[in-house]
Amino acid sequence: MLESIWFVIWGVAWAVYLMLDGFDLGLGTLFPFLAKDETDRRILVNAMGPFWDGNEVWLITAGGVTFAAFPRAYAIMFSGLYTPLMLLLFALILRGVAFEFRGKVDSARWRATWDACLVAGSFLPALLLGVAFANIFQGLPLDAAGLFHGNLLTLLNPYGLLGGVLFVVIFAVHGALWLATRTEGELQARAGRMATALWLAEAVLAVAFLAMTWFSTRLWQHVLAKPALLVLPLLAVAGLLLTRLFAAQGAWWKAWFASSALILGAVLFGVAGLFPDLLPSSLDPAASVTAFNAASSPLTLKIMLGVVLCFLPVVIGYQLWVYLTFRDAVTAESIARGPSY
Amino acid sequence: MDVLALSRLQFAVATYFHFLFVPLTLGLSMLVALMETQYVRTGDEDYKRMTKFWGKLFLINFAIGVVTGLTLEFQFGTNWSRYSAYVGDIFGSLLAIEATAAFFLESTFIAVWFFGWEKLSKKAHATSIWLVAIASNISAFWILVANAWMQHPTGFVLRNGRAELSDFFAVITQRFALLEFIHTLGGAYITAGFFVLGISAWHLLRKHEVAFFKKSFRLAAAWTLVFALFEIAQGHMNAEILSSTQPTKLAAMEAHWETGRNVPMHLLAWPDAANERNAVQSLSVPSGLSLLATYSAGGEVKGLKDYPADQRPPVLPVFLSFRAMVGLGVLFLALGLWAFLKRHEIEGQSRFLKVLPWLIPLPYLANELGWTIAELGRQPWIVYGLMKTSDAVSPLATSQVGTSLVAFFLVYALLGAVDIYLLFKFARKGPEAATAAAK
Repeated sequence: MLESIWFVIWGVAWAVYLMLDGFDLGLGTLFPFLAKDETDRRILVNAMGPFWDGNEVWLITAGGVTFAAFPRAYAIMFSGLYTPLMLLLFALILRGVAFEFRGKVDSARWRATWDACLVAGSFLPALLLGVAFANIFQGLPLDAAGLFHGNLLTLLNPYGLLGGVLFVVIFAVHGALWLATRTEGELQARAGRMATALWLAEAVLAVAFLAMTWFSTRLWQHVLAKPALLVLPLLAVAGLLLTRLFAAQGAWWKAWFASSALILGAVLFGVAGLFPDLLPSSLDPAASVTAFNAASSPLTLKIMLGVVLCFLPVVIGYQLWVYLTFRDAVTAESIARGPSY
Repeated sequence: MDVLALSRLQFAVATYFHFLFVPLTLGLSMLVALMETQYVRTGDEDYKRMTKFWGKLFLINFAIGVVTGLTLEFQFGTNWSRYSAYVGDIFGSLLAIEATAAFFLESTFIAVWFFGWEKLSKKAHATSIWLVAIASNISAFWILVANAWMQHPTGFVLRNGRAELSDFFAVITQRFALLEFIHTLGGAYITAGFFVLGISAWHLLRKHEVAFFKKSFRLAAAWTLVFALFEIAQGHMNAEILSSTQPTKLAAMEAHWETGRNVPMHLLAWPDAANERNAVQSLSVPSGLSLLATYSAGGEVKGLKDYPADQRPPVLPVFLSFRAMVGLGVLFLALGLWAFLKRHEIEGQSRFLKVLPWLIPLPYLANELGWTIAELGRQPWIVYGLMKTSDAVSPLATSQVGTSLVAFFLVYALLGAVDIYLLFKFARKGPEAATAAAK
């Protein structure tokens, strides 16, 4: 029971992380396409300014939850996926400092350097996370001792790559919509057009991914066995359709929430379809790392449940407050007036 | 080099580098919070300018501290997976608590503080920097509880082929953890103190913004003196507790070979590990080590020869690090005292002002020496007495770790260079002019 509760917390932590950091990773990826001049670039950076750091802590939390509740899964996943995780780490390092550094020296070359870090550091995590999740859905070549029999190229199979491209595009739409909610005028219109244009690719990729999921993974079988869980893929599909509908009306906030529903629904569908596996093995189902064979002791799970139930509601509370406090549009005037990156 | 050696080197690089930024975050956040509190209480615009000036330097440092902290959490899984699987039940939980209880708070409110100058009331804004300061210090607490568990594991049972938690309170309230925590904070606060003293001195010598930097100097002088005193008085306890928890580390720190009573302390010594003796030892204080370690002249202190050679840490680096750290601690006290005594007439102390900026690196060095003693002195164990470092490493290919190690060197060298460049640039530039509208 405790193990199952922790499996849900694990899945929700990842889903919330991808929903929140998804928009700033997406906006970072679209940076060169949405920003035409330095003013635009500063607006983009400041549109994620107060939020990106708090969003990224959800990744630490998702990792921390894995480590605390399923230490064996953490050990096998992080050592097995060594190279992609190192790439993710370096991308996040360069991206994180880019925010702080880009405005610190008044030189076009200096800014261009950090902007490149921001773009690469946003695109790469989106791609890598997509590749990693798709491969986990599909199963990793793990033996009974938890040894990973493969390398980076093993992960770059068609389904894995499709997952990577899907994440990049979903985040890009999510980020363009975020920008549309936070800006005015020409930039807002450009962001809206970008979201609408990318939506088509998003829809095609999502359908292709869901179809390929049928053949490449056991997610659908697991979910169909418990039909109540079908609400999750339905949430994703509804989110996808509503994103387009609201975007066409110029209702950017609604469109962004619909896009969030898509991400939550899609990730939770994947997680529910995995249960009880955390890392299914493609070599031997008996070698799969599950919520039960990787879990911490009941005492640790109980204490950590208390910790999470005490702190996460408070975290969600103050993060919501931050989103509300900094909800005003970011414009050239607001940047000149107040503190900004 | 094999995967073990490369992974150890990578961990050392990641930890030393990360800990160049952490102490300033811990200490300067508190100092900036004090400055802003003074602004809210008195309405004195100088304190607002101080908050912004020192806050800007704080943010540059903070950014690198955060991203290099990511590396450490990743590395337990990537490079030390056998360790993670074996002790994750306890160690992983402590890291997860750190993220949920402290890191969220710190990362969320740092942005509130930076972006919120106009959106929040003065009090709410000052509260946000206090939250950052408190959260980063709480964060240090959980990380150090986790490290203390590696130094002195407690509250666990061996079950199901791994270490499992049996007593959570024993883990988080053990004396070792508390001592490690306050000792690390002391070092961090001294670091921030010298940072503010050194930069203030540079400007005072050039008669820039004298009133502004005198205020900064006075605050930092009192602060540095308090924590330099504290660190010396308290540091003794950290060595003393080792006699019962980590005798091999204590013996290496003191280059002490033969178990015995009435063990003297040699003020001058040079260990010769190959021959299990000291090549040089003189200026001995009779029963000095026994007294310090056991509070009794006849107290027994274990020597390194009591332990097989493969259970001893490398003696020379641990020994030298300890000597150097203690020496620096005494120097900080003397300098802190001088700065405090002369704080009202500091602009006239040109020789002292000339020296102070050069001393900024010294507390950084002392911090790193402290970690060298803690981590190298624990070897060959990753968890003292429970798991060897060589049994903890991930099953990786040499090429994987070799490549990532080179990447760390390159990326960290870049970050370090940029950090130093930006800190110099903004430290020299000084505060915004007093008349300029608040930006």
